Amino acid sequence: MSGTSTRPALMRGIGIGRGTAVGPVLRMPDPVPEPSDRPSTLAPAEEQARAAQALAATASHLRERGQAAGGTAAEVLDALAMMAEDPALAADVQHRTEDGATAEFAIHAAMTTFRELLAGMGGYLGERAGDLDDVARRAIARLQGLPAPGIPESATPFVLVARDLAPADTATLDLDRVLALITTDGGPTSHTAILAREKGITAIVGASDAAGLVDGDLVLVDAENGTVELDPAQERIDLARQRTATLQAIRAASSGPGRLADGRAVPLLANIGSPESAREAAARGAEGVGLFRTEVLFLGAETAPSVDEQAATYRDVFAQFPGQKVVVRVLDAGADKPLAFLTDQGEENPALGRRGLRALAAHEEVLRDQLTALATAAASSEAHVQVMAPMVSTAAEAKYFRDLAHELGIAVAGVMVEVPSCAIMADHVAANADFLSIGTNDLTQYVFAADRLLGTVSAFQDPWHPAVLRLIEQVGRAGAEHDVPVGICGEAAADPRLALVLVGLGATSLSMSSTSIADVRAELALRTFDEATELAALALGADSAESARAAVADRIASWPPPAI
Amino acid sequence: MADRTLVVASAHGLHARPAALFVRSVTESGCAVQLRKGERSVNAASILGVVSLGIEHGDEVTLTVTGDDDERVLAELTSFLEQDHDA
Repeated sequence: MSGTSTRPALMRGIGIGRGTAVGPVLRMPDPVPEPSDRPSTLAPAEEQARAAQALAATASHLRERGQAAGGTAAEVLDALAMMAEDPALAADVQHRTEDGATAEFAIHAAMTTFRELLAGMGGYLGERAGDLDDVARRAIARLQGLPAPGIPESATPFVLVARDLAPADTATLDLDRVLALITTDGGPTSHTAILAREKGITAIVGASDAAGLVDGDLVLVDAENGTVELDPAQERIDLARQRTATLQAIRAASSGPGRLADGRAVPLLANIGSPESAREAAARGAEGVGLFRTEVLFLGAETAPSVDEQAATYRDVFAQFPGQKVVVRVLDAGADKPLAFLTDQGEENPALGRRGLRALAAHEEVLRDQLTALATAAASSEAHVQVMAPMVSTAAEAKYFRDLAHELGIAVAGVMVEVPSCAIMADHVAANADFLSIGTNDLTQYVFAADRLLGTVSAFQDPWHPAVLRLIEQVGRAGAEHDVPVGICGEAAADPRLALVLVGLGATSLSMSSTSIADVRAELALRTFDEATELAALALGADSAESARAAVADRIASWPPPAI
Repeated sequence: MADRTLVVASAHGLHARPAALFVRSVTESGCAVQLRKGERSVNAASILGVVSLGIEHGDEVTLTVTGDDDERVLAELTSFLEQDHDA
C-alpha cells in the first residue's frame, strides 16, 4: 500500500521485561466518535428499527463472547448484554427517535441518562456506570459499520497495538493470543506496563511512532532494547529468537537467592497485596516480602476489620514465608486508594492530603489495632515480620511510628521514602528508623510534581531520571552511614538494568512483582558490585532519563557478552 | 394480578449479581412484573430500572405480577428476594 514506505522501520519506546516477539499487528480500534444531535433524515420508525437491531445484535454478540470465555468473564459479559436489551432503555431510545433523533444519538443519550443515574448512586453501582458507555459504544460502532471497540478478536496470535489499555480492556485480554503489547501513549507505570510486568507479557510502552502501524504489519518487538522493527529481515528474527532462548537459559539456570557476580547478596523480595499473591510469590522463589500492601485487604470496607479478623489474614500470609522476611506496610489510605474510615472527604488535592501515616496518626486507634494484629500474628508465625509506614515526611514522624511499633511488640519498624523531604533529610530519618524502603513510584510523582495517574504528564513518571536517582543515592548513603538497610519497592526494581543501577546507588534489597524476580536475578548474577557502581555513576551524571538509559546500555554493550 | 410487600434479605441489597439473577427470573416468567420501593415503581424486567431503585438490605419493596400463573410467579420471586444471595 502507498505511504507505508515512509514509515520508520525502527520505532522506540520503553520496554517492559526483556522478551522478544514476532507477529502480525492488530490495532485496537480508535474510540468511536460521540454522535452529534443532528436531526434524522429517516422516518422515526426506521431509526427505531435501526436502534433496536443494533442493541439486539450487541446483546447477542456479548452473550456469545461470554459463553466462549466462561467463568467470571461470562457473568460480566452477560450483565452487559442485559443492559443492551433492557426494556427501560429501549423505551427511552424509542421516545428519542420519535422526537426525531438518530438511532446513534438516541442510544448515546439514553445510556448517558442511565449512566448518570448509576454514577450518582456511588459505590459498586457507580463503578459499573462505565459499563453502560461500553455497551453504547458497541451499539453505535455497529450502526456506523466501525470495528467494535475494545481488544480485537482474532483466532490467531497477534501483536496488539493500542494508545493505552484501560483496566477494563485488560480483563478481556486473551494471553494465549497476544504475543506482545505496544502502546503509543503511557509510561512505565501505566496500566499496560503494570499488567505486562505482572503477567510476564513482552511490551513496549510510549512508542509514539507505532501510531503508524496498521493491521497485518509484521513486527519484531524487542523489550530489552525498547524497539519495534517493521518488516524485520529473517536474520533479525533468528537473532531475536536466539537471544530469547539465551535469556530463558540464563533465567532457568539462575535460581536461589539474588546475588551479584562477585557473590554479594541482594535479597529479591516480592510486592504482594493478598494471601493469593503471597502464595504465587513464594512459588516464584521470592526470598520474602518487601512490600505487603495491607490497604488492599480493606478496600471497600466501611469500618476497619477487627483485630482478630486482621490477625487471621496476616497469619495466612506469614505462613508462606517461614524463616524469611515479611515487610508489612501499614494502611496507605488516601489519594487513589481512599478508605471510608481513614480518608477525609472532599480534599482538593488528595495526593497531597492527609494520607498514609498522616491519616493513621489522626486515627491512632486504627494504627494501634493494626500493629496489635500484626504483632499477634507474628508471634505465632515463623516469618520475620517487620512493619513500615507510608508517606513519612519528617524524622519526627519516623520516630513516632517506630516508638509506637516497638511499644506494641514489633521490633523492626522502618519508613517508606517517597516524599522528597524524607529523602533530602535521609540522614536524620535514618537515625529514627530501623530501615528505609524507597517507594520509587510516589517518589517520582512528587519529585516531578506530576500526577502518576494522569496520562498527559505520564512522560515525567520515569524513575531513570537522574533527579530521582540523585535522591536515591542520598538515601543509600544515609543508610550506609547509619548502618540501616535501604530497600527499593516500586516498579523501578523490576527493570533489570535499573535494578543494577539501584544496587550501585546503595540499595541492599529489591522488592518487585514476583513475575520480574527471575529476570532481575539473572541480570544481577552477570555483574559485580564495582560494575553496578560504575553504571550508577553513569546514570547519575546523565542529563535526562533517556540519556541515563542510553549511557547504561552503551556501557553494558561494551562489556564482553556473558558466557552461558 | 397478585401483589405482595416484603423485606429484601441480600446482605448488599439488590445490586449487581443478585439484581441480574432477579431480572432474569422475571424475564423467564413471561409475566409483567412491577417492583416498587417507596414512591418509585419500575419494570422489574429492566436491570437498569431495578438497580436504579438502590435497594439495600432490609428495604421494604412491593412486587406486582400480572399474567398467567401470577400467584406462582409471585411466590417464586418473593422467595428469591427473601434469600441472601450474597451469602
